[in-house]
Amino acid sequence: MRKFQASAKLMAGAAAAGALFSSVSAYADQPRPWETAFQAPATDMMRQIEWFGNYTMWFVVPITILVLALLAVCVLRFRASVNPVPSRTSHNTLIEVIWTVGPVIVLLLIAIPSFQLLTAQYTPPEEAKLTVKATGNQWNWDYEYQVDKSFSFNSAILQDGDRAKAGKEDRALYPRLLAVDNELVVPVNTMTRVLITATDVIHSFAVPSFGIKMDAVPGRTNETWFKAEKEGLYYGQCSQLCGKDHAFMPIAVRVVSDAQFKTWLETAKTDVPAANKALMAEIDGTNKVAAAGN
Amino acid sequence: MAEAAAHDHHDHRPHGWVRWVYSTNHKDIGTLYLIFAIIAGIVGGALSVAIRMELQEPGIQIFSGLAQMVYGMQGDAAIDGGKSMYNAFGAAHGLIMIFFMVMPALIGGFANWMVPIMIGAPDMAFPRMNNISFWLLPPAFILLLSSMFVPSAPGAFGVGGGWTIYPPLSTSGQPGPAMDLAILSIHIAGASSILGAINFITTIFNMRAPGMTMHKMPLFAWAVLITAFLLLLSLPVLAGAITMLLTDRNFGTSFFVPDNGGDPILFQHLFWFFGHPEVYILILPGFGIISHIVSTFSKKPVFGYLGMAYAMVAIGAVGFIVWAHHMYTTGLSLDTQRYFVFATMVIAVPTGVKIFSWIATMWGGSISFKPPMLWALGFIFLFTIGGVTGVQLANAGLDRSLHDTYFVIAHFHYVLSLGAVFAIFAGWYYWFPKMTGYMYSPMIANTHFWVTFVGVNLIFFPQHFLGLAGMPRRTVDYPDAFAGWNMVSSYGSYIAAVGVAIFLYGVFEAFQKKRVAGANPWGEGATTLEWQLPSPPPFHQWEQLPKIK
Repeated sequence: MRKFQASAKLMAGAAAAGALFSSVSAYADQPRPWETAFQAPATDMMRQIEWFGNYTMWFVVPITILVLALLAVCVLRFRASVNPVPSRTSHNTLIEVIWTVGPVIVLLLIAIPSFQLLTAQYTPPEEAKLTVKATGNQWNWDYEYQVDKSFSFNSAILQDGDRAKAGKEDRALYPRLLAVDNELVVPVNTMTRVLITATDVIHSFAVPSFGIKMDAVPGRTNETWFKAEKEGLYYGQCSQLCGKDHAFMPIAVRVVSDAQFKTWLETAKTDVPAANKALMAEIDGTNKVAAAGN
Repeated sequence: MAEAAAHDHHDHRPHGWVRWVYSTNHKDIGTLYLIFAIIAGIVGGALSVAIRMELQEPGIQIFSGLAQMVYGMQGDAAIDGGKSMYNAFGAAHGLIMIFFMVMPALIGGFANWMVPIMIGAPDMAFPRMNNISFWLLPPAFILLLSSMFVPSAPGAFGVGGGWTIYPPLSTSGQPGPAMDLAILSIHIAGASSILGAINFITTIFNMRAPGMTMHKMPLFAWAVLITAFLLLLSLPVLAGAITMLLTDRNFGTSFFVPDNGGDPILFQHLFWFFGHPEVYILILPGFGIISHIVSTFSKKPVFGYLGMAYAMVAIGAVGFIVWAHHMYTTGLSLDTQRYFVFATMVIAVPTGVKIFSWIATMWGGSISFKPPMLWALGFIFLFTIGGVTGVQLANAGLDRSLHDTYFVIAHFHYVLSLGAVFAIFAGWYYWFPKMTGYMYSPMIANTHFWVTFVGVNLIFFPQHFLGLAGMPRRTVDYPDAFAGWNMVSSYGSYIAAVGVAIFLYGVFEAFQKKRVAGANPWGEGATTLEWQLPSPPPFHQWEQLPKIK
């Protein structure tokens, strides 16, 4: 139910945003200070995960409160000063059956949507239109675009000294420990398959707002997929301890429009830095126009 | 002369260092285990406070300085050395707390002390094996500590692979001898535990007093029996896995080397086949302790005794078939994940039975809130929180977002740091008068409880938020947005550290004041056999076997 409300709200919101601000793609999804919940979903899958997470809360919070309340009753009503003579009851078959069957029912109620969610994660709704291979190294990622003329580039944490040269001085958009030199660029609303492996030790490719996390294991190729719904910059971090600089191998995904992606892809096949520069210039330009239009 | 000989015969007790080093007495060995666990707990706790100091603010705070001080590194080498040192602290914290604090305290300490007394046995079945079980631990601990001072990866010291030591990071990723020392340490600690497990199983099956059938046996003895079976069946698998790790590292085998047809994931399966029963090994004896305390201070028998005993049997049995829920993101097939989701959720049922039975034991009781009861109440509530987040994590679809984040750290510290450790302190305050003959100051014990309660909740509750927001675990530094909750968490750890100081002071104070506790300071609710003996119990008890009605 909530899922549908959420998606309806999102679609309304997206339509409004589309009409008024026409792709203000300064949008980035990243952790926020004092955050107490998931990052905002940027894929339908993450929205389903978030829905299921909230759904489980409808069971676990009342259960915790129930236990706390029962403990409170014991403390208040059955303290020695109030109840000096203890009962000797040590069996009650009915109550024992209830607290065995009750949890079973709760678990079934959790399990049904849980299995649906899990199945959905392994059942992509359509064929992938783009395949990217992410290879974890100590301590950076290689991204290989498996297109007609495949090419690859390296993506490492953005060094502070390189911010000015890369045009990434805005620390809100390019945060410390999350910003990279070359983002993974993908088109919006496009089924994207990610093949994941590693060269040295185990890493893990995770983008929280996409709802994906998959280990990069040397000698195996794992697979996951996502379909990003909004243009913007999305951040994740390596999620398997991989040595000294485990904290310093971020994952950044730049979701762009189809046209922008096509232009970028053509240039990137021969010159990735130039393609990135052109792409950033275009996005900045669009944002300025949008801002001026307001 | 004749009198002296007769005296010797009846109370032969060695004195001085011989009494402790050569000890075959379960109570003395239990005391040694408890002292060892306290020392290891202080070391492991200090490591965790250092970790929290590092994470108090974004950026690298203390570890480059520590690397300078300890390893004599300078400049960039100190920064890199500090990052590795952070990883080494994390791994050492985990291994120490599990193998050298919780297990020695609960199994070697309380179980050694109390199980023979509770079942009406004069001692353990194999007293000399009991001695070697303990004395294997100090060398194992020393090996692990010394591993922190020898090279692992280039420019790094100490095992930096987490307590799970996944290859290839623990093989080709860290060629130095630190990992070999740690593997040897785990081997020895594992051997110690297997010997202990054999001893407990034999003792409990064969040495119960006349009339004490299995179904009359106190729940703590049940818990230890089940724990001993889990140890016996799971530790050899760990030993095999780390032996393969050792030969991969040193003798050219390729169990986990993909280049030669091995598979790093194989190690994870073997490790967690041990690792998951291990977490029940850490908590089951605590379940037993809590049952006794709740019953004693409610002045009521345990509610649903058989259900409680067989719930533990069920938890132990199902605990062996859920291991891959630690591996949902490794690339398991959909069907495999479905099975492990299902099996894992099943465990919630017997766990729920235990929680509700403890409450039912209190229900209608006449409860006195002595310090052990306070810790037991804290245990029940906090373990429930850890339990329900465990149910959430069991769902592979949701775990996709939570795996390897701080949410998992929060979950397992709620069941272990706030569960097992609370049970240890509950047991400590319950049996301290019995073991020493002295009563501690209830005021200090209560202060210890409240300070610890506030501290650990401040540490671990905000970590749920960090995990939801996506903060990966085992990182020395984090994006600035995570700063707020990390700061709260760090302050919590300082409060918890004050709690440890209060605990130590309370022990000191009790020995200084020497308040006589008496045979049974807890009154009519304390019905198990240990309360029929004087405090402390005689060097050899039950020379006349007790008769159980």
